[in-house]
Amino acid sequence: MRLLGNWSVRIGGSVLVLLLALAATAPWLGTVDPTLFDAASRDLRPGESGEILTLDGETLRHRFLMGSDSFGRDIYSRVLYGTRVSLAVGLASALAALAIGVVLGLLAGYLRWLDGPLMRVMDGIMAIPAVLIAIALVALWRASLPTVIVAIAIPEIPRVTRLVRALVLSIREEPYVEAAVALGTPARKIMFGHILPNTVAPLLVQGTYICAFAILLESILSFLGVGLPPDIPTWGNIMAEGRVQFVAYPHNVFFPGIFLAVTVLAVNILGDGLRDTLDPKMAKRV
Amino acid sequence: MLVFLLLRLTPGDPAAILAGDAATSEQIAAIRASLGLDRPLLAQFAIWMGKLLSGDLGQSYYFRIDVATLIAQRLEPTFALAALTILVAVLVSIPLGVLAAWRFGGWFDRALMGFSVMGFSVPVFVLAYLLIWLLSLKLEWLPVQGYVRISEGGIVLFLKHLILPSITLSVIYIALIARVTRASMLEALGEDYIRTARAKGLPEMRVLVRHALANAAVPIATVIGIGVAILIGGVVVTESVYAIPGLGRLTVDAVLARDFPTIQGVILFFSFVYVAVNLLIDLSYVFLDPRIRY
Repeated sequence: MRLLGNWSVRIGGSVLVLLLALAATAPWLGTVDPTLFDAASRDLRPGESGEILTLDGETLRHRFLMGSDSFGRDIYSRVLYGTRVSLAVGLASALAALAIGVVLGLLAGYLRWLDGPLMRVMDGIMAIPAVLIAIALVALWRASLPTVIVAIAIPEIPRVTRLVRALVLSIREEPYVEAAVALGTPARKIMFGHILPNTVAPLLVQGTYICAFAILLESILSFLGVGLPPDIPTWGNIMAEGRVQFVAYPHNVFFPGIFLAVTVLAVNILGDGLRDTLDPKMAKRV
Repeated sequence: MLVFLLLRLTPGDPAAILAGDAATSEQIAAIRASLGLDRPLLAQFAIWMGKLLSGDLGQSYYFRIDVATLIAQRLEPTFALAALTILVAVLVSIPLGVLAAWRFGGWFDRALMGFSVMGFSVPVFVLAYLLIWLLSLKLEWLPVQGYVRISEGGIVLFLKHLILPSITLSVIYIALIARVTRASMLEALGEDYIRTARAKGLPEMRVLVRHALANAAVPIATVIGIGVAILIGGVVVTESVYAIPGLGRLTVDAVLARDFPTIQGVILFFSFVYVAVNLLIDLSYVFLDPRIRY
C-alpha cells in the first residue's frame, strides 16, 4: 500500500488507533464510573490515593492517576471516557457534513438551475464564522449529542459543497463522461456511477480536516458551557469545571487539554499525509 | 435573514427563561406580549428587517438596553485585542514565511511547517492556560486576566493585560499566514525575474523583499482576510478565558440567557465586519498588484 509508506499517515494513524483502543477499552483500564464522586477525595493531586463511593454504597480504594476535581471525581476516568465522546462527535460530524455536502455539491454541479440559488445560500452560511453558527445553534436547541453533532456539521457543509461542485464541474468535461452522455446514460447514473467515485480522494482528505475541526469545536462549545450537558464527561466539560480552580490545581485543565491537542494533531497529520499521497495536485497548492 | 430564521425556528422560549422557574403562565404570556413574541413569525421578521435597515438592532431581552448600544459598549476591548493580534501575527508570520521559503527544505523550513501544524491543532483555550500558567503564575511577568481601559490605567497597564491574550490568539493566525507566505514566496522565487535580479548582483535582501515578496503579496493579503473568521471564533474563547468584557463575552452571555436580539445583533455585526474586511482586502489588490483593475 502506497498510503502506509507515508510517514505522516503512519504517525497520525497509529496515534489515532491507540486513542480508539483507549476509548474502546476504557472500562478495563483501571477506571471507575466517570460520574462517581466522593466528598472525601476532593482536589487530590495526580497520583494520590483516596476512596471513592460506588453506586452500591460501597467505598473503594482508588488511585487517582490524574488527580480529582472539586467534586471528588476521578479525572483519569473522565478523560478516558471523554475520548469516546470526542472521537464519536468528530467522526459523526465529519460524516454528516460530507454526506449532505456531497449531495448538495452534486446537485449544484449537475443541475444548472439549482447552482445559483444553492451556492448563494452557501455563501451566506460561509459569511458567518463557524464557531458563532455552532454556538448559536447548539445553545438554542438544548444541547444533546445529536444536536451538537448537527450544529458542528452545518458550518462545514458549504466547504464540502463547494469542493464537490468544483470537482463535478471539471469532471463532467472529461471524455469518459461525454461518452456516457452520448450512450444515453441517465443523469442519476452518471452522477453516482461516473462522477462520485472520482471525488472520493479529495473528499477523504477534506473529511479528515473536518473531523479535526469538529473535535476542536465540540470542546470549545463544552468549554464555554454551551455544549454537551455537564454530566457527560467530555474534555471540554472537564476543563470548564477545572478552570475555576486553575491557579491551585492546573492538572484539571492540563490533562484533558493534552489529550485534546494530541488527538487533533494526530488527525491533522493524518490529513496532511493523505493529501500528499492521494491528492498531489492539492499538495502542491497549499 | 438566515440569522433571523435560524434563531427563531429553534425551540426554547426566551420568555420562560426571563421569567424564571417560579413564573405562572400568565406572567410568561405577559412578557411574551411585551417583547412582541406573540406575533406571527413573518410579522416579527418584517419588523426586525425594517428596523435593521434604519440601524436599529432591537432591544436586548436580558440587558434591557438597545443592542446597538450594547455592542458599542463592548466594542473597545474586542477591537483592541483583534488589532493587537493582527499586528503581532503579521509582523511575526511574514518574515518567518519568507525565511522558510528562502531556505526551502532546510531545518528552519521544516521547523516552521511543524509549528504550523501544531498551531492548527492546539486549541486556543489550552494554549491560553498554558501561557497563563507559565508567564503569569510561574514567572509572574504578566497579570493573569482582566482588562484595563487606556483611559483608566494608562497605556502600560493596558498593554500588560492585553499582550497575553494577543499572543494566545495570534498563534493559529501566525500558523495560517506563515504557511501561505511560504507557499506564495516559493512560487515567486521560482520565476525568471528572480534569476535575473540575482544575476544583476542585487543584494539578496532586496531580491527577497522588492522582487519576490512584492509579487507574493496578493495571496498573503487574501489569507489575512480569510483568517479573520478564525480570529472572531478565537476572540469568543479568548475573552472568556482572560475575562475580557468584550463582544465575545457578550456572545456567550447572550447565548446562555437566550437573548435573541443580542445574539442576532452580535452575529450580524461579526459577519458584517468579516465581509467588510474581505471587501477592503479585495480592493487593496489594486495597490498590491498594478495589473488588477476594477
